[in-house]
Amino acid sequence: MNEDVLPGVGRLKTGGWLHYLANPARFLRVATPALPWLAAVSLLLCVVGIVWGYAIAPADWEQGDAARIMYVHVPAAWVAMAGYAALAVVSLLSIVWRHPLADIAAEEIGPVGAGFTAVCLVSGSLWGKPMWGAYWVWDARLTSVLILFFLYLGHVALIRAFDNKAHGYRAAAILALAGAVNLPIIVFSVQWWNTLHQGNTISISGGSKIYITMLYPLLISTLGFYLAFITMVVARVSAAIYERKTASALLAVAER
Amino acid sequence: MIDPWPFINGAYGVSVLFLAVAGWLSFARLRRARRRLAQAEKL
Repeated sequence: MNEDVLPGVGRLKTGGWLHYLANPARFLRVATPALPWLAAVSLLLCVVGIVWGYAIAPADWEQGDAARIMYVHVPAAWVAMAGYAALAVVSLLSIVWRHPLADIAAEEIGPVGAGFTAVCLVSGSLWGKPMWGAYWVWDARLTSVLILFFLYLGHVALIRAFDNKAHGYRAAAILALAGAVNLPIIVFSVQWWNTLHQGNTISISGGSKIYITMLYPLLISTLGFYLAFITMVVARVSAAIYERKTASALLAVAER
Repeated sequence: MIDPWPFINGAYGVSVLFLAVAGWLSFARLRRARRRLAQAEKL
């Protein structure tokens, strides 16, 4: 493939690396030794971030101890959105280049992303009761995240709904790409509408409204959640590749 | 104000439970897939 035509740096310049990494055998060669390290580092960061947020970080001057829910709610929300963005990217790769690994990745990202979105919704709801006096309000931010959860569930169902797997991959990829329009709606919902949900506290461009003693555990927890998501998806994609290899091996035996 | 700790414990409980169960299930599936491939290759 491209590695013969575009050796070395040329591969990086032309995007040939994308095709290079899309090979399932190459993916396993990279993923198998990386998985134990990914698992160990994500476990360590999740434990440190969660314990720090639950027991060590100071209570908020306004929200009190209830603000501790932020250390699991915010990372789950960010991972839920990043997971859907990843789903949209692999769906694009599937539609444009028909990478077999992109289809497998789309199939495996969906359930994990739906789980993180559920954690975001449940933890947010448990924060809402002591703070707002209600588990749920039909606020723009909450509603758009609920739609994200339904998009994940729809994708999980659609990709498995056809006897011909290729039809399921195509239909689910179109759903994932169309649903990506929800991501900017989630991000900007607190600016576009008057929402009960608070505005953005963290800003990459500066001006974060959070003190450093609360920012550190939040960032560690976030990194841990991101790595946990990546670890789970890589493990599931690897398992799916092995399952396909097993099916091919059994078919070859049956045809002998 | 309502005592927030039951809600905090609930939120952390759900998160830790999800991370533990989803992580364990992912690796259990991977181990099972590797074992089945090894068995299929012996046939």
